[in-house]
Amino acid sequence: MGRKAKFDETKKVKKGPGRKARKQPDPVFKKELLIDETTTEKKLTHRQKQRAAKRSKKKAEIVEKRKALKQAKKNVAKQTEVVLDNDENDSDEEIAKGFTDENKEWLKPKQKVSKKQKKPVAADSDSEEGDDDVDDDGSEVSEQSEAEEESDVEENVKNKAGKKKAGGEKYKVGTLDDLFKDSDVENGDATSEDENESSNKLEYDSDSDDEEKGSDDDDDDDDDMLPIEKANIKLKKKQKEDKKLSEEEMQLNIAKQDVFAFPSEHELQNPTSLQDVLQRIKDVIHVLGNFSNLKEEGRSRCEYTDLLLQDLCTYYSYNEFLMEILMQIFPVQELIEFLEASEVARPVTIRTNSLKTRRRELAQALINRGVNLDPVGKWSKVGLVVYSSTVPIGATPEYLAGHYILQGASSFLPVMALAPQENERILDMCAAPGGKASHIAAIMKNTGVLFANDANKERTKAIVGNFHRLGVANSVLCNHDGREFPNVMKGFDRVLLDAPCTGTGVIAKDPSVKTTKDQKDIQRCFNIQRQLLLAAIDCCSAKSSTGGYIVYSTCSILPEENEWVVNYALKRRNVKLVPTGLDFGTEGFVKYRHHRFHPSLKHTRRFYPHTHNMDGFFVAKLKKFSNVIPEPFKDEDDEDIEAKQNGDDQTEEETPKTEDTKQAPVKRSAPTDASQPQKKKNKIDAQTSPSNAAQDVKTIESTEKKGNNKKKNKNQKKNKKNKQNMDNSTEVKVNNADNKSSSGKTETANKPQNENVNKKNKKNKQNMASSTEVKVNNADNHSSGGKTETANKPKTENINKKNKKNKGKQNAVNGSPSLKNESASVTPTQNKTEVVQNNQSPNKKKNKKKKGKNQSPNPQSQPINKNENKITEKVEVAAATKLKEKLNKKKKQIGQINPNKDKKPAKGQPGKNFKKNKA
Amino acid sequence: MKVLSEERTRILFEKLTKYIGVNVKQLIDRPDGTYCFREKKDRVYYISERILHLAQTVKPDHLISAGTCFGKFTKTNKFRLHITALSYIAPYAPYKVWVKPSSEQQFLYGHHIIKSGLSRITDNTPKHHGVVICTMSDIPIGFGVAARTTAECRHADPLATIVFHQADVGEYIRAEDTLT
Repeated sequence: MGRKAKFDETKKVKKGPGRKARKQPDPVFKKELLIDETTTEKKLTHRQKQRAAKRSKKKAEIVEKRKALKQAKKNVAKQTEVVLDNDENDSDEEIAKGFTDENKEWLKPKQKVSKKQKKPVAADSDSEEGDDDVDDDGSEVSEQSEAEEESDVEENVKNKAGKKKAGGEKYKVGTLDDLFKDSDVENGDATSEDENESSNKLEYDSDSDDEEKGSDDDDDDDDDMLPIEKANIKLKKKQKEDKKLSEEEMQLNIAKQDVFAFPSEHELQNPTSLQDVLQRIKDVIHVLGNFSNLKEEGRSRCEYTDLLLQDLCTYYSYNEFLMEILMQIFPVQELIEFLEASEVARPVTIRTNSLKTRRRELAQALINRGVNLDPVGKWSKVGLVVYSSTVPIGATPEYLAGHYILQGASSFLPVMALAPQENERILDMCAAPGGKASHIAAIMKNTGVLFANDANKERTKAIVGNFHRLGVANSVLCNHDGREFPNVMKGFDRVLLDAPCTGTGVIAKDPSVKTTKDQKDIQRCFNIQRQLLLAAIDCCSAKSSTGGYIVYSTCSILPEENEWVVNYALKRRNVKLVPTGLDFGTEGFVKYRHHRFHPSLKHTRRFYPHTHNMDGFFVAKLKKFSNVIPEPFKDEDDEDIEAKQNGDDQTEEETPKTEDTKQAPVKRSAPTDASQPQKKKNKIDAQTSPSNAAQDVKTIESTEKKGNNKKKNKNQKKNKKNKQNMDNSTEVKVNNADNKSSSGKTETANKPQNENVNKKNKKNKQNMASSTEVKVNNADNHSSGGKTETANKPKTENINKKNKKNKGKQNAVNGSPSLKNESASVTPTQNKTEVVQNNQSPNKKKNKKKKGKNQSPNPQSQPINKNENKITEKVEVAAATKLKEKLNKKKKQIGQINPNKDKKPAKGQPGKNFKKNKA
Repeated sequence: MKVLSEERTRILFEKLTKYIGVNVKQLIDRPDGTYCFREKKDRVYYISERILHLAQTVKPDHLISAGTCFGKFTKTNKFRLHITALSYIAPYAPYKVWVKPSSEQQFLYGHHIIKSGLSRITDNTPKHHGVVICTMSDIPIGFGVAARTTAECRHADPLATIVFHQADVGEYIRAEDTLT
């Protein structure tokens, strides 16, 4: 916007004081400057001219050189050099030669002839080529001719002279093209045709612009080269290239083979750098890809995979256990992709809260705040991916106002699979921190009822915050152990179970997973997951008109936590797998190692970080078709198998406590975290005991022990006589029975008892011999059972205390207190049986003095609840001394048990139980 | 989940009236079912009776929250509205204050609103009446009490407080544990 220069000097700006003061005059330019630049040439000095001439010469040379290079013919190059040697003038002359009027006439006939002959000529050259090249077909010839015909048609529009030149050039160009084409790759018919046409046209234009240069060289080449020569050159070149390539390949192969020699022990123990390890990983993968050819002599595939495992562990810093499992899940190449993807964080995604805003509005608002985002994909209408942001995405006013929530893309999937409907009653069993649950509420549009449950009270605060922030008003938040939830409420239309898992799908989020997980953790996880899933299925109502669906999801990719758990539930509940409604993701495994899952497991969906760019995830959708809980008898086999498979590993924690695996299965049934208060259990027992006590006894060994001395005796016998396997099987059955009974409380109640028993067992073990230990353990179990059940009755406790004091350390025999406990526990549930048991217990206490019925001892024997711990200690101390006594007792007890049995059947259920036990 | 006592109901509604005036009755008479106020551990929850029935099946010890928490009664038996009630107060509030984008963040950290941060204010806002604070894009971000009338605001000092801060959505981050 500067001043406007007035180049026209005729207009003179007014001069004067006032003018000057106001405005600067326009700039004045010298006349010379205003003259056209064309005149400047005149001012060139002689030397300058010379230089300019040289420059132009050089330019021409370069152009020609390039063309020569293009042709890539040595002969041609020579010719061009020759041409280059000539002066510009010469070349001009040549040009003049080529395109004078005289030549025109000369060209015309040639053109005409060529037009007629063109085809034959072209055919000649091509046919020659065809002769030389095995690859060339006659089809090319026809294409060529077609192209020329077309070009002819075009030419009609233009001048004749132009036609001729163009035609001639085209012809040449066409042959050149052919050459190049051949040297490169043979194109398809259509493409080659097109190329011909287009190239012809292009050449035509360029030539018409500057007719001389291009035509010069071409003329020269064509003049000097016969088609057969060209073909020959081309062929030679091609052969050369082939040879070169094959040599390179050979060397590459050799190199690769040379690169990988199986490292020595020393090398393995002293890794030099991560780079080397990475290289070795690549090499090993290469070898594994073509094992039969590339393997080193005398090396097995196993060795290579082991090496790979080691290297992957070091390079990606996993522990061997997890890496081994991952190697079982993925093929090698995919494994690497997975590991790489697990190193990188997934993109941040947010979910629009459709209760408060719409995605477009939210996106606009966030863009205004400097957030760079995009829709997450066509599959979701509420998801947005955040690429970058100038503000903290978790603290914008929009976020605080509840317009969106930070949520991984994978977390949308289970809710989408659940497909909640309005006015339904829905349960989210493991809801914290409320992302999926609020998604459900948003889809329901705040209608119906949403139960959000989480076992961790601290984490429920996050649900409260998120729900209120997002404006979810139809929710009930509660803090139950999910496994107990069927006791709280049933009849939900849909249930979402996003089970706690090892988190092997979200290694990018929490890298500690790499090193901290082992078999024990996985077993703990899938045990809980199984129980949760069964509970979730129990909560769901098959009679719901709109629902009856359960969605099970984890952020783990291990089949143990996914397919296996679902498969387990399929066997134990009347559910079937249905398609998740997610149109992407990979199908779940039907086979995994030695497992053969139900074929319908293909309806489940797996998501991987490396293929779907979201966290590793698993989603299964189940439909419940009957509220009846099927008999678990069929499953016994499976259970046994599983128990054997897992038994060793599953109960790692437990096994140390119990010397033998005998009790391990019992523990397995009981979850590891039995943190539930005993009061509840006791209450529950008290409530259910009159009716269900017998069932409980049947179901769980510990309860059995509590309930009946007979059972104890049997168990003892079994322990002594039977093998561990037997115990396992029986225990498994017991577990099944638990599931059937569906009384979560009873199960949970038993868990702590078992733990106690275990502890006691340990102590006992230390002190006692193995055989005797078994007995002691049983006794201990009895006592523990007694504790829990009797806890409710203070009177009995007091009595027990008294008894203890009275009998003092003399009676501290292991067997006696335990027996007392048992009897006490039984008493509340079964009146008559209790009496009988009590009778037994006193007998035991007194060391078999009284086999008959002693009602008086009953009140005394009942105690022990609070004192159990003390008692156990005493028991431990005295255990050794009374082992022999116990042996004797057992025999007597067995005898006593029979009368008990007779009495028990009178009450009904308990009697059945006993029968079963006997059987 | 127990019914509010007569006394507490009165206190609650007096408080609500300060913010949403006569619209209180719209909270009670709703077309989509009957809603009620229930008290649990001094917290007041606003909940549909339909949901309430279901919520009552959960033992009180295990029930964390149901419906929407409006606030709590203090030990001195005063009612204090929580930010969680905002979603019900904001639509009905007759008096609102809009803040400039530059002072949004300040308010979200728990500060009062000063004149320089004030963008708009509803006409005829009386002194010491409850107001809802909104951003310029009409997103409610909290509520407070008007320190001055609209008329007084015009002539107020740039640093003078216009609205006393009572609750803001920043508490969802700052005080998640004490929300309910």
